Amino acid sequence: MPDKAAIRAEAEALLAGFRRRGAQVVETDILQPAETLLDLYGEDIRARAYVTADPLRGELMLRPDFTVPVVQMHMTHGAEPARYAYMGEVFRRQEHRGPRASEYMQVGFEIFARDDPAAADAEVFAALAEPLEPLGLRKVIGDIGLLKAAVAGLSTSAARRGALLRHIWRPMRFRTLLDRFGGRAPLPRARTEMLERLAQGDVAAQIDAAGPVIGKRSTDEIAARAAALLADAQEPPIPERELSAIGALMDLRGPAPEAPERLDRLARDLPAIATAAAGLKARLDALAARGIDPAALEFEASYGRTTMEYYDGFVFGLIAPGRELPPVATGGRYDALTAVLGQDGAIPAVGGVIRPGVVAALKAEGAP
Amino acid sequence: MSLVLGVPSKGRLMEQTFEWFAERGVILRRTGAEREYAGTVEGAEGAALRLLSAGEIPRELAAGRIHLGVTGSDLVREQLADWDAQVEELAQMGFGHADLVIAVPACWIDVETLDDLDAVAAAFRAAHGHRLRIATKYHRLVREHLRAHGVADYQLVDSQGATEGTVANLTAEAIADITSTGATLAANHLKVLQGAPVHRSQATLFRSLTTPLDEHQQSVLARLSTRFGKAPQSDD
Repeated sequence: MPDKAAIRAEAEALLAGFRRRGAQVVETDILQPAETLLDLYGEDIRARAYVTADPLRGELMLRPDFTVPVVQMHMTHGAEPARYAYMGEVFRRQEHRGPRASEYMQVGFEIFARDDPAAADAEVFAALAEPLEPLGLRKVIGDIGLLKAAVAGLSTSAARRGALLRHIWRPMRFRTLLDRFGGRAPLPRARTEMLERLAQGDVAAQIDAAGPVIGKRSTDEIAARAAALLADAQEPPIPERELSAIGALMDLRGPAPEAPERLDRLARDLPAIATAAAGLKARLDALAARGIDPAALEFEASYGRTTMEYYDGFVFGLIAPGRELPPVATGGRYDALTAVLGQDGAIPAVGGVIRPGVVAALKAEGAP
Repeated sequence: MSLVLGVPSKGRLMEQTFEWFAERGVILRRTGAEREYAGTVEGAEGAALRLLSAGEIPRELAAGRIHLGVTGSDLVREQLADWDAQVEELAQMGFGHADLVIAVPACWIDVETLDDLDAVAAAFRAAHGHRLRIATKYHRLVREHLRAHGVADYQLVDSQGATEGTVANLTAEAIADITSTGATLAANHLKVLQGAPVHRSQATLFRSLTTPLDEHQQSVLARLSTRFGKAPQSDD
């Protein structure tokens, strides 16, 4: 890695570029309340962020990324539409030895705007991709909204759709549930035995016989889930054509200009994805209007499912081909995050970050 | 420099460690007064004995202050990030068996596996406004296990003792703790989830990988290792 001064100079140049694009430069605290981040990301964030204790403010985390504090700042006193830019260190605890840095710079650009999401997506992508053009990076785009829409449209119970939606960002668990709901995998034995037991009737008596009710989870909650499990056992499997279409959707990858047509074909079996597919087409047009050639983009429908948990629409990454380096830039749309963080209002938002350290490293090795 | 062996300083674990080495021709002895933590090694020239708390042995191995150490495999995996880059297992010693398990109230007749726990965690969070709490002192092991199985909407709360009582005391909804017979769990109206435990622990002889051995230490270790042979293996 180049020295910190070189990385900072790179970061400042990128930040100046974002400012010229009309972004207001903002700063955030390095110490962030742990509670908000834990509620958003769950317990896993403890393994990935530095947690520290403040004698008065309780648990705090060293800023693991900028998105959450920037959204919070916008929600408390931002005007609309808004463009923000920032630069600074983020901190990532590493549980394993290896090349991953535990402290590195990010420079970011975010847009909060209600109108024309395709134009905002394209503006963010162009803002990050244009200054990196000389590095000859692979440009990958995806759209988590397609898979979300496909799940929401499956011919199955609301409970099953909800369980799948909840695990979109955990691909293995998602696959296990999908196979089970589709009748492709048998129920685990523990479940079939439980169902036989519950079906014998009088759940209240069974709870009584199992032992005293201890803890915060009430008899009613136990009985309600028992009833839900019995109802779920009667649910027919997800139709085979929907299963294979959603499987094909998850595996879909190829040149971006071909994606809309392939999605239209999948939409015959998954009509719910039509809106998201039209959104992709509009986004490619908006990118072309900004001078980004769609033919230079790779589309991967599952891109961003393992690493970018708050993105729920457009996602993208700019990657140095053939090198063991983290992505040079990543970003995407996170409309749902603003709904969770902004008590009263949500606002569509899209943004991304560049890692100036990786940029400087590529320049230092004289990348093409 | 001697090759330093760290072993548990008291209790059943110390006695069984001494027996295990004695069966292999290495006599470990505590020396000095009853309460003094000093010892000697007979039958392995060039080795020195250090008596330590079992809970401190992983840290001492990682720091390279002891070259060999006997402790529970659970403690090494819990305390050391990337444990297998810092220490190497030389022998599973066949005693000190205990399972790290997740247990829930026995009255939860709708919960048998991690699948159920995950579904219950989602519903619990929606109903109570906070994530389902699991009391434990094994934070790293439990978190990695739950992540590997795709469990979400839980939170770990620290419990350094009397963990089985936290559910009745309303400070947790479930627990993760070490058990050998399950009797304490049953007495506290808890049941163990079906499926593989989070970790099957036993007393294990580890070697530190963090400090290079000098020539003398290497030859002591080579001579000792022939004695350890293949200790009885158990499933992991």
